[in-house]
Amino acid sequence: MASIPYELGLLLAGVLFAIGGVGVITRRNLLMILLCVEVMLNAAGLAFIVGGSRWGQADGQVMFIFLISMAAAEVAVGLALLLLHFGRSRTLDADALKASERSPSAPEAVGDER
Amino acid sequence: MLSWTWCIPALPLAGFLVLAVLGGRLPRAATATIGAGSVFLSFAAAAAAGASFLASPPAGGSFTYVLWQWITAGSFSPSLSFTIDALSVVMMLVVTGVGFLIHLYSTRFMADEEGYSRFFAYMNLFVGSMLILVMASNLLLLYLGWEGVGLCSFLLIGFWYKDPENARSARKAFIVTRIGDVSLAIGLFLLVTTLGTLEVKEIAQKAAAQWQTGSTLAVAVAALLLGGAVGKSAQLPLQTWLPDAMAGPSPVSALIHAATMVTAGVYLIARTNALFILAPPVQLAVGIIGAAGVLLAGMSALTQRNIKRVLAYSTMSQLGYMFLALGIGAWSGAIFHLVTHAFFKSLLFLGGGVLILAMNHEHDIYAMGGLAKKSPFTFWMFLIASLTLAAIPPTTAGFSSKDLILALAWQSGGAGRVFWALGLAGVFVTSVYIFRLVFIVFAGPPRAEVHGHGHAAGKNGQQAGPVMGIPLAILAALCLGGGLLALPHDLGGSPYILSFLNTALPAGSIPETPLRTEWILQVVSEAASLLGIPVAWLVYRRSRTAPAAAAAAATPGQVAPAARLPAVARFLQSGWGFDWLYDAVFVRPFVWIAKVNVRDVVDRIVADGVGGLLMLLSRAVRWTQNGRVRWYAAGLAAGAALIVAAVVLL
Repeated sequence: MASIPYELGLLLAGVLFAIGGVGVITRRNLLMILLCVEVMLNAAGLAFIVGGSRWGQADGQVMFIFLISMAAAEVAVGLALLLLHFGRSRTLDADALKASERSPSAPEAVGDER
Repeated sequence: MLSWTWCIPALPLAGFLVLAVLGGRLPRAATATIGAGSVFLSFAAAAAAGASFLASPPAGGSFTYVLWQWITAGSFSPSLSFTIDALSVVMMLVVTGVGFLIHLYSTRFMADEEGYSRFFAYMNLFVGSMLILVMASNLLLLYLGWEGVGLCSFLLIGFWYKDPENARSARKAFIVTRIGDVSLAIGLFLLVTTLGTLEVKEIAQKAAAQWQTGSTLAVAVAALLLGGAVGKSAQLPLQTWLPDAMAGPSPVSALIHAATMVTAGVYLIARTNALFILAPPVQLAVGIIGAAGVLLAGMSALTQRNIKRVLAYSTMSQLGYMFLALGIGAWSGAIFHLVTHAFFKSLLFLGGGVLILAMNHEHDIYAMGGLAKKSPFTFWMFLIASLTLAAIPPTTAGFSSKDLILALAWQSGGAGRVFWALGLAGVFVTSVYIFRLVFIVFAGPPRAEVHGHGHAAGKNGQQAGPVMGIPLAILAALCLGGGLLALPHDLGGSPYILSFLNTALPAGSIPETPLRTEWILQVVSEAASLLGIPVAWLVYRRSRTAPAAAAAAATPGQVAPAARLPAVARFLQSGWGFDWLYDAVFVRPFVWIAKVNVRDVVDRIVADGVGGLLMLLSRAVRWTQNGRVRWYAAGLAAGAALIVAAVVLL
């Protein structure tokens, strides 16, 4: 079986990680930010797999399984926060979080400050 | 054998810790039990230590043991070590014994006060610190106790801190004694740099071996230690804090400002007697300060109208006798008077406290009057203490100790004769001021309602119930019988306590008093004392009418504004104008300089320079905190990239 050179795998992981990072920074939609975080997580997971196959060890795959479960938990919490935020401010704009939630009794004021 | 005695100071300190930590959560009964109980256990331990010490005196009359090494810095390594000798045994018994009686009294006296556990925590800390002070084998540990009692004095004077006047008095006491403490600290530094040790025994040996009598160094060290002693013992010229210290509760005045803490100066000089023997000019100064204090404070006491201020000036006057005794080298005589003074002065303060409570916190003696009928028990207790203070039989305590000091002053010749004359005048003045107080407070018609009349102890103000009465009775018994510890020879007495103390203190070079001389001196001083009573009666008759009217208008708890007094009396009432003098010479120029110098160089560098720089920096980085999540994420990514780059490249 022809194997892919591990450098290429690591390069792919690095590129994916950078794409995800840039996405987190540039995207304003919270949902897209969460997606980009997933991309970054998977880039890290890919690096584990590549490393594991390079050294012939199962540890990389173990870590990847761990990472998947962790990512699931993270998404659950992240989506819950996102829904809460949307429920309060009727927007998914990350920049709307700026100086928000000053007083829970007056969520309308938050939108105005934007 | 005696190495378990560390528990004597440890017990009150443990009581302090428990009360400080659990504080208000404990019920009052538990607080009182811990507060008074820890001091009682400490007293029991001290008594056991004393008995064991008497039964089998250690070699050389003193036993020193090291608990642990405190500090090690080169050759200077003071340890946490205690000395048990005759002097510390006597002091331990006085501090814990009188301390316990006053704690017991306080459980009732303070019953209606806020901060009940705070009071007992401070009191326990005080007793623990005082015990460390008297048991310390080196001057550094002594200094720890010295500062500890100073702190407790501050805290307890300002116990009712909600009144700014009380807080001011506490500050004044702290600052004025601090001047003395600084002097003492410099003295200790000088001892370390010259003799290389602070162990009292080593100091005595090395100083005697290295310094000549009257050499500059010896005089300097002794003078600096004396500075500390006059600050703590409220002697000239640092005496101004004591009358104001009466702002604290009466048991505090009894324990700290009469029986124990203010005698720490006397104890310090007695403990370091070797240094004072090497510095005759300073020792003479001790005597002069004492003799002057006897008269100055005594005459100030003549005109006071606050019952506690009378007793405060009286304390200064009696401490003057102790200093006088130290000045002529009657070391054990001074300590004996310290002991008897602790008995009668705490009885006076505690008795006064009962009256103050009964009069609903009235301090003005002209608002009292006729209390002999209303409070007969307190009257008898107060009378016994007054007779003891005036050294009149059948009370023996003051009689034995004061006449001993006067006889020794006479016998020491030279300046001693002058001291004797001043002391004799002091005896007369003492008798006048205390019986003036007794007549004004107890004689004549009553001027105000007395609370809690009868047997029942009222909620606010009461007659001395059993809890307050028993300490009074025990102290009165000690006043009556305390002199038996060293009754004069001509009355068939034997100086038990003096020979006991002389195992720790030098006997001195004063020749034995012949019986004839002793008789004559006693008759003379008794005559002076007894003469004071009719004079006091005359003073009382004259002053009875006018101030009473002024007092009627006075509000309870406050002293009415001084009625029209002659200028001399006003001068005496203000304590010879020392407060005014210090205010004009030190306080006001200092405040003026502080005001003028509000913006000096330091302020410009620190406030403007450093502060301005920080303001600039903050402005430079403030914009990064803009609250945008994505911006922070970018910051994180950039930082991570930087670190990875640094790791890879470097």
